Amino acid sequence: MTTWPILSVLTFLPLFGALIVYVSRGDDEAARRNSRWIALWTTLVTFAVSLILVWRFDPAQTDFQFVEKTSWLATGITYHMGVDGISLPLIILTTGIMPLCIIASWRAITVRVREYMMAFLILETLMVGTFSALDLVLFYLFFEGGLIPMFLIIGVWGGPRRVYASFKFFLYTLLGSVLMLLAIMALYWNGSTTDIPTLMHTAVPRSLQTWAWLAFFASFAVKMPMWPVHTWLPDAHVEAPTAGSVILAAILLKMGGYGFLRFSLPMFPLASHDFAPLIFTLSVIAIIYTSLVALMQEDMKKLIAYSSVAHMGFVTMGIFAGTIQGVAGGMFQMISHGIVSGALFLCVGVVYDRMHTREIAAYGGLVNRMPLYAMVFMVFTMANVGLPGTSGFIGEFMTLLGTFKISIPTAFFATSGVILSAAYALWLYRKVVFGALVKPSLMSMKDLTLRECVTLFPLVALSIYFGVYPKPVLDMSAASVQLLVNNYTTAVTAVKAAALVH
Amino acid sequence: MSFETAGYQLLPVLPELVLAVGAMVLLLLGAYRGQGTTSLVTALAVCLLVVTGVLELMLPAGKVSSFGGSFIVDDFARFLKILALIGSVATLVLSTEFLSDPSRRIFEYPILVLLSTLGMMVLISAGDLIMLYLGLELMSLALYVVAASNRDNAKSTEAGLKYFVLGALSSGMLLYGASLIYGFTGTINFAGVAAVAKTGNIGLIFGLVFLLVGLCFKVSAVPFHMWTPDVYEGAPTPVTAFFASAPKVAAMAVFVRAAMTAFPGITTEWQQIIVFVSIASMALGSFAAIGQKNIKRLMAYSSIGHMGFALVGLAAGTAEGAQGVLVYMAIYIAMTLGSFSVILAMKRNGQAVEQISDFAGLSRTNPMLAFLFAMFLFSLAGIPPLAGFFAKFYVFTAAIRANLFTLAVIGVLTSVVGAFYYLSIVKVMYFDEPLARLDPIRIELRTVLAVTGLFNILFALFAGSVVSLATAAAKSLF
Repeated sequence: MTTWPILSVLTFLPLFGALIVYVSRGDDEAARRNSRWIALWTTLVTFAVSLILVWRFDPAQTDFQFVEKTSWLATGITYHMGVDGISLPLIILTTGIMPLCIIASWRAITVRVREYMMAFLILETLMVGTFSALDLVLFYLFFEGGLIPMFLIIGVWGGPRRVYASFKFFLYTLLGSVLMLLAIMALYWNGSTTDIPTLMHTAVPRSLQTWAWLAFFASFAVKMPMWPVHTWLPDAHVEAPTAGSVILAAILLKMGGYGFLRFSLPMFPLASHDFAPLIFTLSVIAIIYTSLVALMQEDMKKLIAYSSVAHMGFVTMGIFAGTIQGVAGGMFQMISHGIVSGALFLCVGVVYDRMHTREIAAYGGLVNRMPLYAMVFMVFTMANVGLPGTSGFIGEFMTLLGTFKISIPTAFFATSGVILSAAYALWLYRKVVFGALVKPSLMSMKDLTLRECVTLFPLVALSIYFGVYPKPVLDMSAASVQLLVNNYTTAVTAVKAAALVH
Repeated sequence: MSFETAGYQLLPVLPELVLAVGAMVLLLLGAYRGQGTTSLVTALAVCLLVVTGVLELMLPAGKVSSFGGSFIVDDFARFLKILALIGSVATLVLSTEFLSDPSRRIFEYPILVLLSTLGMMVLISAGDLIMLYLGLELMSLALYVVAASNRDNAKSTEAGLKYFVLGALSSGMLLYGASLIYGFTGTINFAGVAAVAKTGNIGLIFGLVFLLVGLCFKVSAVPFHMWTPDVYEGAPTPVTAFFASAPKVAAMAVFVRAAMTAFPGITTEWQQIIVFVSIASMALGSFAAIGQKNIKRLMAYSSIGHMGFALVGLAAGTAEGAQGVLVYMAIYIAMTLGSFSVILAMKRNGQAVEQISDFAGLSRTNPMLAFLFAMFLFSLAGIPPLAGFFAKFYVFTAAIRANLFTLAVIGVLTSVVGAFYYLSIVKVMYFDEPLARLDPIRIELRTVLAVTGLFNILFALFAGSVVSLATAAAKSLF
């Protein structure tokens, strides 16, 4: 096994890169170029290190791997890192998306480039840390710490209403999280540790389960975001710079789903079972309502933001179905959505950089001038719709399949969301790409540059590859998902059996 | 009568004796050599405080007491005395610029800070009500004068007077409470009171309430906070930094010691008072700060709120709670001194600027200063991984342990409200268009900023050792 602390290296490498960027002072063009290159190389090396993780990862094992543990705050609160099949795909997603974000910001960001790159690198440290922390306090540290760089990214490099959006993002998320913090403390006194693997095997009293579940729910539902606490997302997406939107959609939202998988289901199985109908209801509302809202949007980013909320509805629905297909589907849907929504925001960024508007009405007939762009955008639109052959289909299909076994009405209503998503996504595509090219301002539009191709083509390849052959992702998480579902089912049936006896 | 008789050793008070004698020597030096010695006296005062701190650490380990139990040196006292000394040293360092102005070369200033620090040390070690009152008055009287040390400034004078009048009132209440407690228990010693006060006698509770009122005034907890914004705004900025740091530590120390060692038998009685005061302070600190335009006034409300958070630990009434308060005060003092160093650095053309709008675009003109201030503000808001998060973590953990769920929930919700106004300052610094550059920052400010800034940002790395010190200190109370 490993002798060097690979997870810590992976987590803190971007932070180290940020320090290098900080040391390379100056504000002239050369300094800006330097900080861009340093950031790119840091994220690429981080990605390479994360591939070592994949290579050495043993998917058959259900225990946490690459575990590191040193004393930290107290006997029960340690610096504990490790990954399993649930966190590893998300780590790879994070490290994989980051270089693309840096490349996407290459020309789009011209002011305070150094600070921008530092903010992104620090954010990467915090995101990887969130997914690899195996101690609740450590997790909370990374989870909440991510608010600071994201707040600055939206607020400093964002659009006209950036102040409103950044405050809303920060305060909304903080409000949810502080309640989770109290639940973490309650769990600490219950098991006198905040060690996640230990807590997974500690029986939590039912009343505490209920309250702790609700507190964790408050945090993750906001982060996810679930209806009705999703309203910060469209604002944050619209105002954030392109790369900020990509990170937000591709990774930060996944922290909510990851939290449900890592904490809610394994630690509070009974409460999860009790509250599953609530989750189903909220998910179905999210899927149908936000899809309808998406139909009415005039801003491209806002439309994709609402579609994100709808797609996250599939994730929560699948996770709380508590079946193998549902949980694995939710997991897959998160990865798929990370790729597809990130790519869609990049596509919006491409035209925004040229026209400096995101109004859907300002575009039309782009296919005439930008055939390559039209092709790429089409792949992602189809993946967003969930067309078979794209990664979006696998996730939606599996979550629906998993839910069907548990709750037929939920699956029934959620399926209608698939149709609605086709409606708004195709409508967007038609308005922007098809039609006659009549607007004079669009006449001089250039097709994708090499740099844009570099960011978009890998995502095109991945969304088709995973659509045809989803096995790599599913295999990676299969053992962990199996264990999770088994424990959940055992806990729930035990209580049901006990209830029958009495 | 020999001073060596049991219970009357002078060794435990050695640091205080050195400090007192040293302060008097410096006073003589200043009086004979005139105003020109101000900078020398300040430098010697800093050395004296350092020596006092070293002596304090060299005292025999464990719990030693003197004067028949009225003066106690234990781990709790040591921890807080070192904190108070750090606060005082930092204040003197931050005051060098204020004192270098020819019109304000007052050598009495460092001596008053020394005497006030002496009062704090006595207060922290107080084992009975007389010692408590002596320490409190010595600390406060020096503070009243320091508040008005900018003699030609109407606001500063007003601040000193206001602080004095309200402080005298609260001292009166405290004395009244002390006399009631003595009357109903027949002793002034904390341990003796604890032995008698097993049940909630109504007279004793009256005494307790008045005692708590006096202490609430000193830590500026709601509803006895009214003096704070005016005094913070009116007093010279280094003095405000002093008010916000060391005296708060000392007052909180005696608050915890009195409540936990003198009244452990009637915890439920004082707990509900502390819970109310804590909630009121957190709420007022968060909501009232939102409308502030002056950064010093804002810091005043912020400190009211922070005292509310620290009192959450006391409200738990357990060893974990005391530990939480200690960790909170250690972190609070670093955040406060750091923030005030930033405020002191805010000078344009030799003129101090104190409006929040003056911070506009600081991230472009002074990126390092803006970054450090932003980190202090996020820390004050309690965002991890900064130090302020750990402060809140330990007090709320204690509250959860003590089943004070309502208090904890209200507390964290007000901290979200509080985050709003801290964010507003970050917004002004980072999102708004820049103003003119600041004057170059003086070296002593840079030093304090560097130390507190590193402490704040890297706290997560050495949190374990600070916490274990606080745990040991809290244990000595029980």
